[in-house]
Amino acid sequence: MSLARLLRSPDAVAGFVILGLLGAMALAAPLLFPGDPLAIAGQPLLRPFQDWALPLGTDRLGRDVLAGLFHGARTSLAVGLAAAAASILVGSIVGTIAGFAGGLVDEVLMRITDAFQTVPGFLLSLALVSVVGPSLGVVVMAIALSAWTGPARIARAEVLSIRERDYVASARVIGMHPVEIAFREVLPNALPPVLALSSVIVAAAILTEAALSFLGLGDPNRVTWGGMIAEGRAVLRSAPYLSVIPGIALVLAVLGVYLAGEGVVEGTAARERQA
Amino acid sequence: MHAPIRGNASMNRTFRLLKRRLVGAIPVLLIVVIGSFLLLEAAPGDAVDAYVASVGGDAGMIEALRQGWGLDASPMTRLAAYLWALLHLDLGHSVAFSRPVRDVVLERLPNTLLLMGAATALSFALGTALGIVAGARPGSARDRALSIGSLALYAVPGFWLALVLTIVFSVELRWLPLSGMETIASGKVGFARALDVARHMVLPVTSLGLIYLALYLRMMRAGMAEVWRMDFTRAARARGIGRRRIVLSHVARNALLPLVTMLGLQSAQMLGGSVVIESVFSVPGLGRLAQEAVGSRDTPLLIGIILVSAALVIVINLLVDIAYAALDPRVGASEASA
Amino acid sequence: MSALLELRGLGVRYSGAATAALEGVDLALAAGERLAVIGESGSGKSTLARAIAGLLPRTARLHGTITWPGLDHPARNGRDIGFVFQDPGSSLDPVMALGDQVAEVAHANLDMGWRAARRLAVELLDRVKLPEPAALARAYAHQLSGGQKQRVAIAAAIVARPKLLIADEATSALDTIVQAEIVALIRALVTEDGMALIFVSHDIGLAANLADRIAVFRHGRMVEQATTAALVARPRTDYSRALLVAHLGLEA
Repeated sequence: MSLARLLRSPDAVAGFVILGLLGAMALAAPLLFPGDPLAIAGQPLLRPFQDWALPLGTDRLGRDVLAGLFHGARTSLAVGLAAAAASILVGSIVGTIAGFAGGLVDEVLMRITDAFQTVPGFLLSLALVSVVGPSLGVVVMAIALSAWTGPARIARAEVLSIRERDYVASARVIGMHPVEIAFREVLPNALPPVLALSSVIVAAAILTEAALSFLGLGDPNRVTWGGMIAEGRAVLRSAPYLSVIPGIALVLAVLGVYLAGEGVVEGTAARERQA
Repeated sequence: MHAPIRGNASMNRTFRLLKRRLVGAIPVLLIVVIGSFLLLEAAPGDAVDAYVASVGGDAGMIEALRQGWGLDASPMTRLAAYLWALLHLDLGHSVAFSRPVRDVVLERLPNTLLLMGAATALSFALGTALGIVAGARPGSARDRALSIGSLALYAVPGFWLALVLTIVFSVELRWLPLSGMETIASGKVGFARALDVARHMVLPVTSLGLIYLALYLRMMRAGMAEVWRMDFTRAARARGIGRRRIVLSHVARNALLPLVTMLGLQSAQMLGGSVVIESVFSVPGLGRLAQEAVGSRDTPLLIGIILVSAALVIVINLLVDIAYAALDPRVGASEASA
Repeated sequence: MSALLELRGLGVRYSGAATAALEGVDLALAAGERLAVIGESGSGKSTLARAIAGLLPRTARLHGTITWPGLDHPARNGRDIGFVFQDPGSSLDPVMALGDQVAEVAHANLDMGWRAARRLAVELLDRVKLPEPAALARAYAHQLSGGQKQRVAIAAAIVARPKLLIADEATSALDTIVQAEIVALIRALVTEDGMALIFVSHDIGLAANLADRIAVFRHGRMVEQATTAALVARPRTDYSRALLVAHLGLEA
């Protein structure tokens, strides 16, 4: 039923189609392009649509652009989803503790949240990657480090409004442990508004990963769209397609996440209006 | 229960608000400083290694410096020393530049402020204006088109937009300079120089500002749709007020308030965004400095940039709070009557 | 007395609604006449008020005719019709000074410059018996009580001395004492300016106190209309009788 409603919004359909294609690209990458996408595949700077073995051409070092695009989808989606999941997880836990404990704990946790929101997130990610060294895990951590504050604030606000409701009070009466109440009764109910934010977080994570890779701070052993754009910069005058093509993939990925997310949120809102 | 109507009430409100915000900023800044200290500690090498690497010196000198700078002391003592130095606005020593971090940062700060200020002005002015066009008639064709266009724009990463704009306007059309802050050794002064800088800033400002333009457009549009549902817009119609005035003086005016708050919240993000944009266009600002610091593994410099950025964000938010208090008469009303 | 307003077979249907909100209403209002429109929520009384003032949502469909024999032009909001809403809290813009909200009505409807409009606004705030009108003109809605806000809304409604004042449940969000004050203010203003009044209310006691004539609505239809004295003394329908009994029961 909710799927039918979702399919009625053309924006949401477009979003899911784009995401589906990108997901398929990511999954198919090792099957269609089993070799190392960072290996040399042909003559350098081959233009697109010249050689059907290399339909999108090659870069400065003769690497296959299409293979890079497919493998880059893997990195972008994986990092985007992992970083978003990590920040929602950390944010929800911090927000739940702050909202449920109240008092000094709440005060301290919220000041820490303030501090993280005061420091430009991208600088923080930059600093962490630069101090610890670039690898996929560190990049995920670095992005989550700057993105968990939004979920934390929303989770806290939800918890504050939920914790006075009847079912929480009755849990208290039957002598449930506060930590158990917080994570079994309160958190699950506080989660939906946090998840409504998830498309924005995933999109931001994909963009941050791309920017880090663009500055040369991505995992050096993986193809990333940001890295491909940066690579193309050196030959921007003679071969602009090298920067343009992965950029279009990036824009489509982010757009797909936004459209799908908006479709889901609107669908949920419509269902709540009808209920 | 109802506050008496006083002439200077708004001044009092603003001062009370400022005082509270300033006091609130102290623990936040302290947490940022402690975080920075931890990050510095985690980085390989310490300040002496950095200093010696840039200035030179032997093992004996290193030992002496460590003692002199108190780096052989316990972490708590070192944190205290770090705080003490910061209180004297001493941000440490930059390896890459062989100069105090403070001097390097202050040299670059104005360029970033210019870039951010121009990008904010562009995105806010154009974003709200287009948002008003879209929100004036929710659901109209113009509204749909602007809504889809802004969403697409919102998905475009700034650094890629920067490259595409460069290809079009600098490489193909040759209308605008490729990079830098101004023409080197042009000898231009006064207005001619300002014009030269402005020409150099067109692409960086556009690349940095367009994503926020999309954001403000969308917020304004959504905000106006919400205000349209409020009774006072219907009341204004019932009083014979023209549509134009209802749109501008009532609907847009009310919808503008959350955008002003956003202006403060976005300042941190925009500072982060300026890193890539300044790198693409070789604008010698704070963001490019951050990239240089990363490139040369200059952790004290990077931390210095983070601290200055955090302080800048706090100041911007204070200014935004003052502006908001001036725009919304309800701010601080509950305390005034309590 | 000549008719100011005539409704013939007026019907309203909101989009997506199964039944009509208003059906087959024939009603005439004389210049200077005070008519009370009584009914429970969902009776169509507010829809009637909005239909007359042209304030229905764009998607609503209207049947029948609304004519203004008492005017030589189509009725204009603000100039010919003053409208006071139920909730005084939400019918004022929270971030515009109250004086400006009254002044903009003068500016829009009386071709008046801003300076003169602001002066007139202060006079009007004084006329609706608000204290310190000059200072109040610079204040904002959140600084006032509910009754005070409704006085400002009334001032904004009568700026252009309209021929008709419509009060749509204008007192039902207020407590009893304030209600009586607002009713007294409306009565005084209507008498002084010779305005016709449509007083929409669910409170038949309040209505009887103010109106020359009462129209009773139920389920989107007018079930009865009569002079106040006649309706109170000899209600012709069971529904009107029930409303009266319920009211008297509360009084007793």
